[in-house]
Amino acid sequence: MNRLRDKRVLMAVGLVAVLTLTLVLPAISPESATTNMAVFTLMYVGLATAWNIMGGYTGYISLGHAGFFGFGAYALGLLLARLSIAGGYAPFLFVPVAGLLTGLMAAGVGWFALRTRAATFVIVTIAFMFMLQLLAENLTSLTGGGAGLGFPNPPWRGDFFNIPFYYAMLALAVLGLAVSWSIRRSKFGLGLLAIRDDEDKALAVGVPARAFKLTAFVISATLVGMIGSVYGYYVTFIYPQFVVDPLIGISMVLMVFLGGLGTLWGPVLGAVILEPAQLWLAYNYGASRLYLVLYSAVFLLVILLMPRGIIPSVRDLIAERRASAPAARAGAAP
Amino acid sequence: MSLLQVDHLSKRFGGVVAVDDCTLSIPAGGITGLIGPNGSGKTTIFNLITGFIAMDEGRITFKSELIDGLGPDRVYERGIGRTFQLARIFPRLTALENLLVPVRRSGLRALFSGAGWSDERSKAMEMLEFLEISQVAGALGGSLSYGQRKLLELGAVMMAGPELVLLDEPAGGVNPALLERIADRLRTLNSRGTTFLIVEHNMSFVMNLCSEVIVVHRGRQIASGKPDAVRSDPAVLDAYLGA
Repeated sequence: MNRLRDKRVLMAVGLVAVLTLTLVLPAISPESATTNMAVFTLMYVGLATAWNIMGGYTGYISLGHAGFFGFGAYALGLLLARLSIAGGYAPFLFVPVAGLLTGLMAAGVGWFALRTRAATFVIVTIAFMFMLQLLAENLTSLTGGGAGLGFPNPPWRGDFFNIPFYYAMLALAVLGLAVSWSIRRSKFGLGLLAIRDDEDKALAVGVPARAFKLTAFVISATLVGMIGSVYGYYVTFIYPQFVVDPLIGISMVLMVFLGGLGTLWGPVLGAVILEPAQLWLAYNYGASRLYLVLYSAVFLLVILLMPRGIIPSVRDLIAERRASAPAARAGAAP
Repeated sequence: MSLLQVDHLSKRFGGVVAVDDCTLSIPAGGITGLIGPNGSGKTTIFNLITGFIAMDEGRITFKSELIDGLGPDRVYERGIGRTFQLARIFPRLTALENLLVPVRRSGLRALFSGAGWSDERSKAMEMLEFLEISQVAGALGGSLSYGQRKLLELGAVMMAGPELVLLDEPAGGVNPALLERIADRLRTLNSRGTTFLIVEHNMSFVMNLCSEVIVVHRGRQIASGKPDAVRSDPAVLDAYLGA
């Protein structure tokens, strides 16, 4: 009991320390190269956490979440244009609206997509993403098509430019983690994990699997849409092929697999490892997409060495050591 | 008055008639055995009652309400639980969590709130103690022995207090000592008000436990009654031993 309490206290202290450090990071290191890296890392922390709510908890692997990311970006861009909102802090107020619109769209997509399971679901989500990309390219009067869609210019200059986006991404990452944490400890979350283990069995004990999956899908997409909308405002100009980019979807999936599928902190760990590495490669070797080689290598290593990801593998290792320690002591006793 | 009434139920899989105009009546408060040779349609009848597969024809009423066309989760919500031929549990959840999964009459608040779990946890622990597997409460379902899984599956289905439980081969693959424990627990649960319908091949288990036995052959009911009467029924002997 004491051990459990100590562990919880230690975790709470660690969490407060990490959060404090994250809050003051722009003050410690305000250079735009650093804060830009931090903005993208936090973006992927949020994206991977949001994806994990669907993919990790229910086991339904969606490779189409980049569609929600792009939809959120277009939703905010169009809202700001239609409402003639100028650059500044005001666009951030419309981020939840972009998320809500994305959630509504996800409800429609999920209604059909979640009639399928396993590989079919994966294919349906990919098809949805490419459909959305095609729509963004072809609905030129609405989205600007290949010419892109512009956002109002943020008024900030120099090193400060990234700071509002940094805190917006931090808020969304914390929101995603809070949602993920509360789902994980609820009966709804347990139902999602049961669906992941055996959907038919879950149905047999009353879990309304379709409603649960759809709810998780919509929550996940809403968070991704909100993050996509902040990204759109950050880059100020969005194009279909870059904002509805399969690589964004694959990145969030890979981060979750690396850190630990279905765990709370796995997606965070995966994002914190992979995104800075990807940006480092981009800074040092140009826009060569060399990071794709890194991603492939990481994916292969994860599948071969730690199919459950870092956190579950380390947890298992610690449990094994703890279990074997008393046995070893008993063996050494005279 | 029967608790479950199945009338003229039929199901075909392509050219194979799995259930053929079958009519069954399950009285409330008893333990009824559903027996028949391999391939006689017993598990298909379970799947039809619990909404896992759709019937071609017929009607199913539970507590005088029509339940055909409902999905498995809605059937469970109405009060019918089931187990599977091969014990199915959630392997990556702990034994305790396995018992916390069942959902019946849960409001939205109860589903999304982390609070209010203590009552359910206490109830789950009581169930594990009742089944004599409380020592594995924190162990992952996948690490349990087959016998423990069988007990855990029974415990999970009982958690939300269903009025009728359909057990598909509860004695299958279980050692004699555990078999006796399962039979004992089923009698206790039955005495507390749960009605059971059991598909089983172990005849001594069925004859000792069940108050009524229904025999199906080629998807139809061919006999029903007290175990002793059914055992000597010529149609039953013919189905099991005949050509």
